[in-house]
Amino acid sequence: MSDSAAMIPILPRPLAAGLGMLPLAPLGYPLSTLMRRVIARNPGLIERLGPYRACRFAIDPTDLPCTLLLHPDPVRAHVSVHSRPPEAEVRIAGPLAALIGLVHGAYDGDALFFSRDLVIEGDTSAALALRNAIDDAELDLAAELALLAGPLGRMLDPLIDMVARASGVSLRRVEQNG
Amino acid sequence: MAEMMELVCPAGTPAALRAAVEAGAHAVYCGFADETNARNFPGLNFSRVELAESIAHAHRHGAKVLVAINTFPRAGAEETWHRAVADAEAAGADAVILADLGLLAHTAEHHPGLRRHLSVQAAAANPDAINFYAETFGVRRFVLPRVLTVAEIAAINREIDAETEVFVFGGLCVMAEGRCSLSSYVTGRSPNVDGVCSPPDHVSYEETDGALAARLGGFTIHRSPKGAPAPYPTLCKGCFTSEGVTGHVFEDPASLDASELLSALADAGVRALKIEGRQRSRAYVGQVVRSFRAAVEAVAAGRPVPPGTLAALTEGQAATSGAYAKTWR
Ligand code: SF4
Repeated sequence: MSDSAAMIPILPRPLAAGLGMLPLAPLGYPLSTLMRRVIARNPGLIERLGPYRACRFAIDPTDLPCTLLLHPDPVRAHVSVHSRPPEAEVRIAGPLAALIGLVHGAYDGDALFFSRDLVIEGDTSAALALRNAIDDAELDLAAELALLAGPLGRMLDPLIDMVARASGVSLRRVEQNG
Repeated sequence: MAEMMELVCPAGTPAALRAAVEAGAHAVYCGFADETNARNFPGLNFSRVELAESIAHAHRHGAKVLVAINTFPRAGAEETWHRAVADAEAAGADAVILADLGLLAHTAEHHPGLRRHLSVQAAAANPDAINFYAETFGVRRFVLPRVLTVAEIAAINREIDAETEVFVFGGLCVMAEGRCSLSSYVTGRSPNVDGVCSPPDHVSYEETDGALAARLGGFTIHRSPKGAPAPYPTLCKGCFTSEGVTGHVFEDPASLDASELLSALADAGVRALKIEGRQRSRAYVGQVVRSFRAAVEAVAAGRPVPPGTLAALTEGQAATSGAYAKTWR
């Protein structure tokens, strides 16, 4: 875990600008599939979210020119990608590396809040429930992506490592508990 | 080598419990996902099944699990708290951490084989109170409130025949625990009965021009200028303006870090050291527990405590040794 919030990598500008030129709408489909898969494999996540599963969570990587809107309700779980802030019950904003680091157990949410690297707006209870549910799920986004790709998954490994190196964002879980 | 003080570590989720055990916790404390424990936050805590599995995991790795049932039962709803004690025992808990006199009496009578610790919420802060709990309810360990100096802790230990446990790291409740009504005053809910100080459904944040305003129950209680560290939205750490003077009325936002006092606490007869933070992530738990495990090993071996690296994890990004070495302003 990082000792200093100042060490959170910020996505290089040219990379962020390049991503900004991609059409955003088609990204929703693979991201929705990924989220549905994560939810199906981690039922505890939705249990921990409790009533807040019905909320819309705007996840705003401040170094990217887009915002993800997560709707985790298992019945109609989906993700959409927006160029302008979408309407949501909660907005969680911070550098992409911090947001992904929270998922992977690399950072502590309260510490990021104290250091002002993480901004929470809207329903604070829902934001806490999501953070705690994700922390307990011990997700590994690279592993989930590889599973999604099926037999091609292994071929994704070098690509994932390359993206991680270029962006400074760790795409794998840092610790393994026995 | 002196006997090593026991490190009692927080877990708000099974993943955090595993992280604590892996990082070297001698014991982990946790609670059920309801108002029976004093960290009743959304998405946190353990179901009955999770608790049993987590206790089995901890025991396999040589760590104990202490179950906090440390709020004060509501009249007419005592059954919820009684069930929590019975379920903790059935899950294999090594001890329960209780605060309420009635619940202590119930547990001593109906679960005599279940080890009983007194929660900090009971605020037992002198030998007479401690001896009363020990003799009447067979309480074996006392978590001391964070209002005592090291000299006072030593004086208590000389006059009691039970173990003491003190907080060494984490968020700081500046009042005598179990007696603070600030949260109730503003939100109608308190840590003492509902298990939550400053409940998040009463908290909102708004950032304008880089300044972060924290509101509790509709009152702005703190405004952090651009780039300045933000505190928890608790009233005790609020910053108010009165008659032209702006300041923290009760306490500056800072976390407790007593790592430099560990040898003194050992000399004062303290048996166990507690880390606060069941609401924190597994990243916090792993890092803090690892650091303190190295520290208690050093103290037991008579070596100096290694310098800490935990500043970034502290509220307000500032640490204090709290009341242990305090001169009150
Ligand atoms: S307001 Fe402060 S002192 Fe009172 S219970 Fe909350 S954290 Fe503790």
